[in-house]
Amino acid sequence: MMPDLGKYADAVLGAYAASIVLLIAIVALSIWQARRTKAALDDVEKRRNG
Amino acid sequence: MKALLVRDLRLAIRAGGGFGLGLAFFLIVTVLVPFGVGPQSALLSTIAPGILWLGALLACLLSLDRILALDWEDGTLDLLACAPLPMEAAVSVKALAHWLTTGLPLVIAAPLFALLLNLPSAGYAPLVLSLLLGTPALSVIGTFGAALTVGIKRGGLLLSLLVLPLYVPTLIYGAEAARRGAAGLDTSTPLIMLAGITFGVIALLPFASAAVLRVNIR
Amino acid sequence: MSLWEYANPVKFMALSGRILPWAAWLSGICLVVGLIWGFFFTPDDFRQGSTVKIIYLHVPSALMAINIWMMMLVTSLVWIIRRHHVSALAAKAAAPIGVAMTLIALITGAIWGQPMWGTWWAWDPRLTSFLILFLFYLGYIALWAAIEDNDTAADLTSILCLVGSVFAVLSRYAVNFWNQGLHQGASLSLDKEKNVADVFYFPLLVCIAGFVLLFIALVLLRTRTEIRARRASALLARERMA
Repeated sequence: MMPDLGKYADAVLGAYAASIVLLIAIVALSIWQARRTKAALDDVEKRRNG
Repeated sequence: MKALLVRDLRLAIRAGGGFGLGLAFFLIVTVLVPFGVGPQSALLSTIAPGILWLGALLACLLSLDRILALDWEDGTLDLLACAPLPMEAAVSVKALAHWLTTGLPLVIAAPLFALLLNLPSAGYAPLVLSLLLGTPALSVIGTFGAALTVGIKRGGLLLSLLVLPLYVPTLIYGAEAARRGAAGLDTSTPLIMLAGITFGVIALLPFASAAVLRVNIR
Repeated sequence: MSLWEYANPVKFMALSGRILPWAAWLSGICLVVGLIWGFFFTPDDFRQGSTVKIIYLHVPSALMAINIWMMMLVTSLVWIIRRHHVSALAAKAAAPIGVAMTLIALITGAIWGQPMWGTWWAWDPRLTSFLILFLFYLGYIALWAAIEDNDTAADLTSILCLVGSVFAVLSRYAVNFWNQGLHQGASLSLDKEKNVADVFYFPLLVCIAGFVLLFIALVLLRTRTEIRARRASALLARERMA
């Protein structure tokens, strides 16, 4: 299954790992901020509407 | 306009106004470099143009927050906003005052400091010329940065972060001109580009600085 | 129906809420397909060996890094000219994604450069330009973070984005003049015959589509977050007044 990456295996895997970590980081950060803000807003709206 | 210029110059020269601070900083950078890279005169003379340009740039950066911060605090800027003088003219005068008190002394002192760094004799004229052409751009761009950060408490670090990338083209062409001059090559291309940047910046950037200041005063 | 209707936050929230899941799922599919296709099922380049597989991350992220700045420039202009709050918030929302993309491009580039050029970093024009772009993103985000009043922050960052764009272009030419580079020319263009070979080209296109969709999904999500945060703080302020 794993393709033969030859002598550059470290470089290729490192690049993929670093990029995927960064992509996941920005996605996770965005989702976390979205959830937190939505919760905060819902909280305020609930108080306001009774 | 003249009154504003005279006032700014007077404030700068008065003790604590920051006049000479840039010069002293420039001197210290120049003196410290040989300690950092070693005293070989061949090495020093190759890096001298770059170091001198970088020193001038940093000295300029150091005094940027003084352009507007004091006037912001004591309310002079609010008065200027109400004055018949257009804001664009006011920021241009501010930039000119900054250049006269920081940029021009650096240009005059540069040949002296170049001696310390063993600059080849062919390099003096291009160095002074490139600094003379380039430092006004540094002052004008710096005024824009100062206008952006004027409302922020302790905005000095942010000011540097914002202004440094804007300084890149000026630094590249200026240092390139000085370096080519020191190596005895033709310096006309970088000098023309440098002059282009400086004049373009002087013509256009005051509009951005004035817009930013109006937003901040609002 | 005009585009400007979506400057209304309520309409924007409704529309973006509908688009968001589609963009998110499509981008996930494109990224998974493209990256797996590229990683497992493409041959090695005869000169660059298996490092050519890095292209599927490097080129799309570099493209996005530049285009996100362009998008921020457009939304900043819309804010300055028409004063639609959603536009300013979209620019604010896009900046951190731009930072991530620039970082990916820089890091994959460094990892690729190490075996190919024998160095992690060279002061090559393209690399240097990206580093400068990275600094612009940082300055932009820092300015947003430093100013408390929302409208002031939107105005100032928009003007910074405008001026920064001009200087970014200037830097690009200055840097070209300053040093000739190691970096190869553009590997993709519409009008040139000499593109990368088809085996690399199609998975690359899928990956680019994935990155674009990911950006759309993220920017919608983050803009929605900003709008909600703005509304929450407005409501809180009203509560305190009462």
